[in-house]
Amino acid sequence: MEQLWMGDSALTANEVRDRLASASAPGRAPATTTVLTVLSRLERKGFVGRSRDTRPHRYSALLSRAEHTAELMHEVLSASSDRDAALARFVGTVSAGEANTLRRLLDDVVRH
Amino acid sequence: MIVAAVALGALAFALAWPVPVALSRAEWPARSPATALVLWQGIALGGGLSMIGALLAFGASPAGSLAGAANALLPMAAAGPIPEGFGVVHLAALTLAVGLAVHLALNLATTAVRAERARRRQHRLIDLLASPASESTGARVLAHPVPAAYCVPGLRTATVITDGLVELLDEAELRAVVGHERAHLDQLHHLVLLAFRAWHAALPWFPIANRAERSVAMLTEMLADDAPRRRVGVEPLRTALLRVGSSGASAAYDDSPTASAASDERVLERRLARLEADLHPLDPRARSATWLLATAIVAVPVCVLAAIAA
Repeated sequence: MEQLWMGDSALTANEVRDRLASASAPGRAPATTTVLTVLSRLERKGFVGRSRDTRPHRYSALLSRAEHTAELMHEVLSASSDRDAALARFVGTVSAGEANTLRRLLDDVVRH
Repeated sequence: MIVAAVALGALAFALAWPVPVALSRAEWPARSPATALVLWQGIALGGGLSMIGALLAFGASPAGSLAGAANALLPMAAAGPIPEGFGVVHLAALTLAVGLAVHLALNLATTAVRAERARRRQHRLIDLLASPASESTGARVLAHPVPAAYCVPGLRTATVITDGLVELLDEAELRAVVGHERAHLDQLHHLVLLAFRAWHAALPWFPIANRAERSVAMLTEMLADDAPRRRVGVEPLRTALLRVGSSGASAAYDDSPTASAASDERVLERRLARLEADLHPLDPRARSATWLLATAIVAVPVCVLAAIAA
């Protein structure tokens, strides 16, 4: 469903439904009420904004896909080892000096 | 009673200071990380039990048993005179014991809730942003240039890698990375880490809690390295570690680089050294002995408390 906000300007629930209908197989299009439910749920979670000065209300994405991804990665990469047990990263934070040492080691390995 | 209190106190001291220091300096845990992890859990659990038990035993000593002390004190808890034989120190010890137990339990709960909330947010964003699991690796891919891989543990799990990582690594190296994250998930490392993180959060002034948490985190990384090492081989895992580590891009994101980067680097160094050295695991007898020791550390305070209960 999300793809729809990523591309375009603000849409009404009906327009969202029409786009979904044309994108999915015939007979599998969701009802407008379903779309509205999903939209309001997304609004509560802070993904979608609603402009109330027109009727029907128009919905738009608050952040682009790339912005969301950047935010997510920032959270993941700055989650230092002793803050939360929520995630496990493959390699933790590495300083510039250490990175150079590793690069030299890597060159040795690759050359062999 | 006093003998029991002193014995438990001595055990608590040993498990709070010399034993964890020795274990965190020892070399053998790198050879058999699973065994060392069990021993750490025994130390933490046994240490907590004997500390609380020592305070309880001392506080209850005038009544001769824990049940006797409860009978004598609980009716007077709200109001009334301090029963015969009990001094202020005894009451202070009992209060401290109960307070410590509640504090540790509450900290475990809040740490668990906070981690669960962070995970739920992760899942929400991953569902929205990441491509569905790829067939070759089974990991979800995020469109982001920084090479990174991580997993979200819990009832619902996810393994996530970035475009940057796919670009940086070849097929075998990717499989090694994903295998490492999968091992974290399959072996439920987050539960072990959670307990030690909560312990550290409960006793932030206690240097051993910090040391224990770091050692345990290191051991879980080593354990997670062993799974892809068996399946994909040492070389892809090693080059993957070197490539991701040397890309250095993650440093730009960390807002508290000093302490955490230093410890992350040490973990990475130890993992690399371990892969290179190709260590032999401890022999089975030493491993069984360690398991027995870990069990005994927990069993002793439990048995002592049971003996003085009634």
